[in-house]
Amino acid sequence: MPRPEVQAPPDVFYNGAEARKYTTSSRIIEIQARISERALELLALPNDGVPKLLLDIGCGSGLSGETLTELGHHWIGYDISKSMLDVALERETEGDLLLADMGQGLGLRPGVIDGAISISAVQWLCNADKSSHDPRLRLKAFFGSLYRCLARGARAVLQFYADNVKQSEMIVTYAMRAGFAGGVVVDWPHSSKAKKSYLVLTCGAPSLHTSLPMGKGEDDEMCSDDDESNDEDGDRTVGIYERNRPKKRQKTKKNGKGKDWLLRKKEQLRRRGHDVPADTKYTGRKRKTYF
Amino acid sequence: MRLLTHNMLASNVRGVTTGYPLKLEATKWCTKEVELNADFIRGVLPKIDWRALVAATRALDLPELLPEEQPPEEEIFAEGAADVEGSAIRRIHHALLEIHIQEGSLVCPESSRCFPIDKGIPNMMLHEDEV
Repeated sequence: MPRPEVQAPPDVFYNGAEARKYTTSSRIIEIQARISERALELLALPNDGVPKLLLDIGCGSGLSGETLTELGHHWIGYDISKSMLDVALERETEGDLLLADMGQGLGLRPGVIDGAISISAVQWLCNADKSSHDPRLRLKAFFGSLYRCLARGARAVLQFYADNVKQSEMIVTYAMRAGFAGGVVVDWPHSSKAKKSYLVLTCGAPSLHTSLPMGKGEDDEMCSDDDESNDEDGDRTVGIYERNRPKKRQKTKKNGKGKDWLLRKKEQLRRRGHDVPADTKYTGRKRKTYF
Repeated sequence: MRLLTHNMLASNVRGVTTGYPLKLEATKWCTKEVELNADFIRGVLPKIDWRALVAATRALDLPELLPEEQPPEEEIFAEGAADVEGSAIRRIHHALLEIHIQEGSLVCPESSRCFPIDKGIPNMMLHEDEV
């Protein structure tokens, strides 16, 4: 099944029926909840009991926002799909919702936000859904406005699905150009199903805490996600997790034993006193390959 | 939409230099009680644009809620300030977090561009020629 991003623009793809799945499908809810929790972990907010003002970019039906509310924070959610926001209203999310296009810039005052998360949304910026869209300008507007509205030392954690390496690089490049420091943390890099990429960005002077945490599954941990029947094509088999086995050392081909070598060897053996056939025009002649 | 969010929003229209603050026009709004967390109010207060907040409360016809001038720090940070009925910190909490705008619009001060608010959600989508 092709990814949503190539099927239709987000406000079209996430129409009423699709948006419904985000309330009714427990599988989708569970996956989104887990990704949100991991994003919050990477956000590394200080544990001082003081609620923060956060952004949830591409908040959709409010699933990820709920994890923010559970921790006592206030948040502002952005989404381009009216249907998804209607679902969020039904679920009575605590955060304030905005119907907006992140590629147009976030439209917030400088330095007012304490942190931002985004779950499975940023990759939509890479597609030109309208002829007037230039993905690069949209990425620039998004990351630029995000950098400006974050307070000094604040972090943004953006979980995204990159279709290919080029897309992933494009996203990271525009983030860095906006002034962010940071990088990508990849959980379960060896599993195409469970692999999740989190762009962890910090705003302002680097501190002791700006070294990137290690992605899950990078120390050859078994990926538990492979056992779940949570793939998009409904495949119910257990996924086999293949560790990268070091390849057996290839035997080197005997290319280097030409005619000169042969003549030298024969001379050597003659000196030692062996009975060696005489050198003729047939010695070391290139022969037809038999195998 | 709460006034805390309104205080942060600016107009993104191309060519606009002062898209802040957005003028609030509310046709329908309500209040919903929220537990006071004094630390949050104290932390967020430096980020609040006081003039814009007061203007928003005036637009809702609540002239008595907040004073014209931002209350001095001692009043906000005083021990037990949160327990006093009608204290500054409580009023600020009420203004920022307990008022919900349901229908109305936000108007850009420079371009007069109108952003409608429907079911509490402002529509901040720009048209193609505004980007």
